[in-house]
Amino acid sequence: MLHLPPVPLSWYLILSAILFTLGVAGFLYRKSVITVFMSIELMLNAVNLSFVSFSYELRRIDGHIYSFFVMVVAAAEAAVGLAIILTVFRNRGTLQIDEIDSMKL
Amino acid sequence: MNFFIVSIIKIVIVFAIFMTTLAYLQWVERKVLAHIQSRTGPFRVGPNGLLQPLADVFKLLTKEDLLPPYVNKLVYLLAPFIAVCLALISISVIPFGPEIDVFGYRTYMQISDLNVGVLFVLAIGSVSVYGVALAGWSSNNKYSLLGALRSSAQMISYELPLTLVIISPLLLSNRLSFRAISDSQAGYYLGFIPRWNIVQMPFPQIFAFLIFMVAAFAETNRLPFDLAEAESELVAGFHTEYSSMKFACFFMSEYANIVTITCVATLLFLGGWHPLFPAPYSSWVPTAVFILAALTCFYHAIRPARKRDRLTFPVFGIAFLVLAALWAVPFLQVFLVPAFWFAAKVGLLIFTFIWVRGTLPRFRYDQLMHFAWTFLFPCALLNLLLTALFVAVF
Amino acid sequence: MDTILFIIFAVVAIVCAFNLVLQKHPISSALSLIGVMGSLAVLYLLLGAEFIAMAQMIVYGGAVMVLFIFVIMLLNAGTEKSSGKSWFAQIAGLPLLLAFVALLGVLIRGVLPPMRTVRFGSWVGGTAQRIGLMLFTQYLLPFEVISILILIAILGAVVLARKEIE
Repeated sequence: MLHLPPVPLSWYLILSAILFTLGVAGFLYRKSVITVFMSIELMLNAVNLSFVSFSYELRRIDGHIYSFFVMVVAAAEAAVGLAIILTVFRNRGTLQIDEIDSMKL
Repeated sequence: MNFFIVSIIKIVIVFAIFMTTLAYLQWVERKVLAHIQSRTGPFRVGPNGLLQPLADVFKLLTKEDLLPPYVNKLVYLLAPFIAVCLALISISVIPFGPEIDVFGYRTYMQISDLNVGVLFVLAIGSVSVYGVALAGWSSNNKYSLLGALRSSAQMISYELPLTLVIISPLLLSNRLSFRAISDSQAGYYLGFIPRWNIVQMPFPQIFAFLIFMVAAFAETNRLPFDLAEAESELVAGFHTEYSSMKFACFFMSEYANIVTITCVATLLFLGGWHPLFPAPYSSWVPTAVFILAALTCFYHAIRPARKRDRLTFPVFGIAFLVLAALWAVPFLQVFLVPAFWFAAKVGLLIFTFIWVRGTLPRFRYDQLMHFAWTFLFPCALLNLLLTALFVAVF
Repeated sequence: MDTILFIIFAVVAIVCAFNLVLQKHPISSALSLIGVMGSLAVLYLLLGAEFIAMAQMIVYGGAVMVLFIFVIMLLNAGTEKSSGKSWFAQIAGLPLLLAFVALLGVLIRGVLPPMRTVRFGSWVGGTAQRIGLMLFTQYLLPFEVISILILIAILGAVVLARKEIE
C-alpha cells in the first residue's frame, strides 16, 4: 500500500470554492431554467462541504447541524421552485429564460 | 492488511451465497405459485425442476442482445447497471449471525458494521429509484416512460411510511447499527417468550411490522402493487426495450431487493438471528428439521411418481442427513445455528411475499397512491407517536 | 488510503460539476449533479460526518434529484438553444470566474489560520446521537421553524402544481 501524506483541510475548502464557482458559472451562463436551478443546488452543496469541513476542524457538531438545515431548506426550495417551473411552462410554453420576458420594459 | 483479506473473503462468501439464493428464489417462486394455482410448476429440467434456474441463465445469456438505435445509449446502458449494483450493495450491512472466532481471528458475520446501517439501507433504497426511472426514460417509448414514472412515483410515495415504521423499533433499541438492534432483542420474557421487537414491552411493534410488510411490497414492485411492470397492463413497463442480460439485471435486482427488505424486516422486527426459545433446546432445531426432511425424502422414494425418482429422492435424503450431521457438530454450531434461524425467518417472509403474489389481485394506480398517502402514512405516523409516548412514559 | 479516496472523489466531483455546466441536455446535467452529490457523500464520510453523508444521499440523491428528473421527464425538456446575446459575458466571463476562484484560494490559504490534516477515523463525533441531542436541546427553535418551512413548501407546491378547475 502506498503511504501518501494525509490531506490538509484547506484542500477540502478549495474543492468547495471550485464547486461554488462552477455553480455560479452555470447559474449565469445557462439558458434552461432547470439547469439554472441545478446550479443553485450545486452551490448549496459546496457550502455544505465548507460547513462540514469547518466542523471537523473545530471538533464541534454545530457545522453538521447547519449543514442539515441547509439541506432541508434546499429540499423545500427545490419543491416550490419546480412547482413554479411547471406553472411557467404551462403558461408560457417555453423553458428558456430568455423567452420569458413579457414583463420587460 | 488482515482486515482487507478477511473482508475480501467475507465478500466472496456472501456474494456466492447471495447469487445462488437469487437464482433458486426464482425456482421457489415458480413452484410455490404453481402449487397455489393447482399445477406443478417446473419439473422436467433436473429433479423436480431444480436445474431450471441454470436453464434460464443459459437462455438469457444466449439470447440476442439488442441495442435499439433510437435509445439514449449512455443512459440505456447505465440504468440496469445502477439497478443491479445498488441492489447487491445493500446486502453488505446485513448481519447474519453473532461475533465468531475463526482460527483465532474474531470477526462479525457481516461484511461491514456501519454505525448508521439503517440509514445506509434507506439511502440505497432511495437512490435505486433511478434505475427504474432512467430505464423508462431512455427507452424512448411511451409505454416504458409511463411505466417508469408510475413505478418511481409509487416507490418514492411508499418510502415515507417505510421510513416512519423503521424509526419505531429504533425508539426501542436506541441505536442505528443493525447488529446493536439485533442484540437488543436477545433474551426472553418469563423465560420463554422471545424479546423480539414485535412483542417488546413498552409498545409491541406488531402494527409497525404489518405496515412495513405492505410498504415493502410496494417498494419492491411486487403484487399487489406491480402495476408498473405487469405484463397485461403496459406491455412490460419500464423494461420493455431490454433484452437478454440487461433484462436479467432488472430481474436480479428485483429479487435482490426482496431478499434485502426481508432481511431488514427480520432484523428490525423478528429478532435477527436469535432463536424462538432458549438456548440449549433451540440449537437442536436445525438438526431436527433436516432429519425430518430426510425422512420425508425416503418416504417418497418408496413409491415414486416417476421411475427415475427411485434414484433421486434417496440421494436428496442422504444429502439432508449430511446437513443434519453438519448442524450437530458443536464447534460449527456456534455460527451455523444463528445462520439457520436467520435464514428460516427470512425464508418465512419471502414465502409470504410469494404467497401474496399468488393470492391477491392487482391494485389500480390511483388506488395505490391514494392508499399510500391517505391511509398508510397516517397509520405509520400514529404508530410512531404511540411508540414515542409509551417509551417516554414507561 | 484516505488521500487516494479524497483525490479520486474530488476529481469525480469536479468533472461532474464541469459536465453539469457544459452539457446541453438537462438530463445529462441532472445525472452529473447526482454524481457530484455521491462524491460529496463519500467526502463527508472521510470527514467523520456519517449522519450527514447518509442524509445527503437520502434527501438530495433520493428525493430532490428524483424530483428534478421527474420534472425533466414530464416537461420533456429538450436540448437548450444558446442565445449568444451578450459579448461581455463571452469575453470577460471566464477570466472573471478564474479571478473569483483565485481570490477564494488566496483567502483560504492566506487569511485562515493553519488547519489540521484529515485522517479518516480521527474524529468520530458526527454520530446521529449527538446531532439528535443538539437538535432537540440547543437548536430546538430552528428545528421547529424548519418544520413549518417544509409545511409551507408542501402547501405551496401543491397549490402551484394543481390543474385549474374549469
